[in-house]
Amino acid sequence: MAFVQNFPFFSIILTIFSGPLSTMLSNKKAKIWNMILIGIVCALNLAVLAFVISTGESYTYMMGHFPAPWGNEIRVGVLEALMAVFFCVVMFLCVISGGQERAREIEESKQNLFYVMVNLLLCSLIALVYTNDIFTAYVFVEINTLSACGLIMIKNKLHEGRTLEASVRYMIMSLLGSGMLLLGICFLYGLTGHLLMSNMQEAIANLVATGQYQIPLLVAICLLSVGLAIKSALFPFHSWVPDAYGYATLSSASILSSMVSKGYIFLLIKIFFRVIGFEVIIGSHVLNVLFIFGIIGMIMGSLDAIQENSIRRMIAYSSVAQIGYIYMGLGLGTTAGVVASIYHILSHAVTKALLFVSAYGLTNVSNNRRDFKQLTGAAYRNKLAGVAFTVGALSMVGFPLLSGFVSKVLFAQAAVGVSSTKMFFTLVALAISTILNTVYFMKTVIRIYTPMDAETEKEKGFTRITAKEDMGKAIAMICFVVMNLVLGVLSQPIIELIETGLAMFM
Amino acid sequence: MDFANLMSNYGEAVAMILFGIGFSNLLLQKNLIKKIIGFNIMDTAMYMFLALKGFIVGRTAPIVINGVQSMEAYINPIPSGLVLTGIVVSVSVSALMLSLTIRLYERYGTLDLDEISTILKKEGK
Repeated sequence: MAFVQNFPFFSIILTIFSGPLSTMLSNKKAKIWNMILIGIVCALNLAVLAFVISTGESYTYMMGHFPAPWGNEIRVGVLEALMAVFFCVVMFLCVISGGQERAREIEESKQNLFYVMVNLLLCSLIALVYTNDIFTAYVFVEINTLSACGLIMIKNKLHEGRTLEASVRYMIMSLLGSGMLLLGICFLYGLTGHLLMSNMQEAIANLVATGQYQIPLLVAICLLSVGLAIKSALFPFHSWVPDAYGYATLSSASILSSMVSKGYIFLLIKIFFRVIGFEVIIGSHVLNVLFIFGIIGMIMGSLDAIQENSIRRMIAYSSVAQIGYIYMGLGLGTTAGVVASIYHILSHAVTKALLFVSAYGLTNVSNNRRDFKQLTGAAYRNKLAGVAFTVGALSMVGFPLLSGFVSKVLFAQAAVGVSSTKMFFTLVALAISTILNTVYFMKTVIRIYTPMDAETEKEKGFTRITAKEDMGKAIAMICFVVMNLVLGVLSQPIIELIETGLAMFM
Repeated sequence: MDFANLMSNYGEAVAMILFGIGFSNLLLQKNLIKKIIGFNIMDTAMYMFLALKGFIVGRTAPIVINGVQSMEAYINPIPSGLVLTGIVVSVSVSALMLSLTIRLYERYGTLDLDEISTILKKEGK
């Protein structure tokens, strides 16, 4: 066994033990240590990714000394390693972008606790991506939920009550979701007698072939899908999203929107392919339900975003619409659709984090007012944030050269390969949602580029800042813009990676 | 309809009814404490379901004392292990929810989530 094969396990252990360590460090040391840690974990996973690409096949890694049907396992393929590297990079950028906000909004004595949440969240995301044991996945889903709740409720001097209420609402929805997830897992365990994904898949294939226990199997599939859909804020379950994303501190908002919900969706894809088998899922018609809710979400999320008067809540509602896109791609029921969904997970994570960071850059120079009236001319007061916001907005709308365009093309291409009804609905929904996206994003871009005369600016006490005064945000915004361009221009190799990864899933 | 299976598996049926009760309480109650109680009922129902899945009538706990090593003598120990893990998770979640409830109650003097939302809207922050 090559030494590299240990790295996924190392990265999980390193991040989880860094949690208690961060509680003991001072704020500054905790920050430096976390930067180094995320860098190390990122490098470890990059090595794993290179290793899996070079060998061209996935491997399973035995945890402890118990062989397959009893022990716990990690399974590593191209897609898993790619997601882990991606999560590390986005996490790094999200953490450095919010330094000033954290210093301003969080109590001095509690700032290092933020890093505990970051450690636990990263640990649970990596574990969710790599694990081959469905009950371990459940436990890490709960760790993910708890640390995300911690990120939302971090004591924010400006909106303390709001963040508390938002985190309670988030917890309630999440608990409903994880209850259903656990019940689904119990059903599947009862049906198959296994907890490892590969063994479960064999047992389920057997059940389907012999036609036994079809109804319990269907119930289990529904419970798992709905549970994870609730947790990842699919349309009718999105009520907690605007408050949670809109009032949490900057790093939390961008981490939550770009990674937490994506981790659950990735787990759902993994369950579809590795536990139940994609053929069985298609046969169960659960995907059609996800498809319909995805499409409704795409349109309703955008409509809500148009009516919103606060820039952060608008971006939060736009997240609801984008989650709808991902579920729509899953719902198409073809591999091409799933590839489009995974690509959109990457593209949306990069774009949404960019939008949150640049929106904070814009509100910071407008006395922290987030209603559109005050944002007039904000792009002139913080030039880099203005440009970054425009890039993010264009990517969301689907401007060529940017990542959002590629994912829309992929969705449209995937739609051509399915039944005509689904194709019709997909293309119409894509068109409508693109128009709606354009309405609210371009409205904002025009607003921030409408000059405000110097006197009113002075009267309101608005300031101007240059990129140098907030290096963390500047670096993060530039990196996100570059990643956006890379995803938009060099999409082919990434799509091929996703395709080989998905092929390894089966 | 064949009710014989239902009668022989009445424990599972009870667990599902309890799950439904807990789930709807967590979803529909306005009072935060009642929500948390609902959550606990829901999780406990699931543990009951799991424990019943592992139990086989006429067998004992899988601890070898008399040198009997036959698999037929013992129940399946894995669900019991899962229940223990699940209990740890639900205890920590309940603790977090209760502490959040305390913070909200100290701040707004009410446990009703809708009322808190109304107050927040009035504050207009």
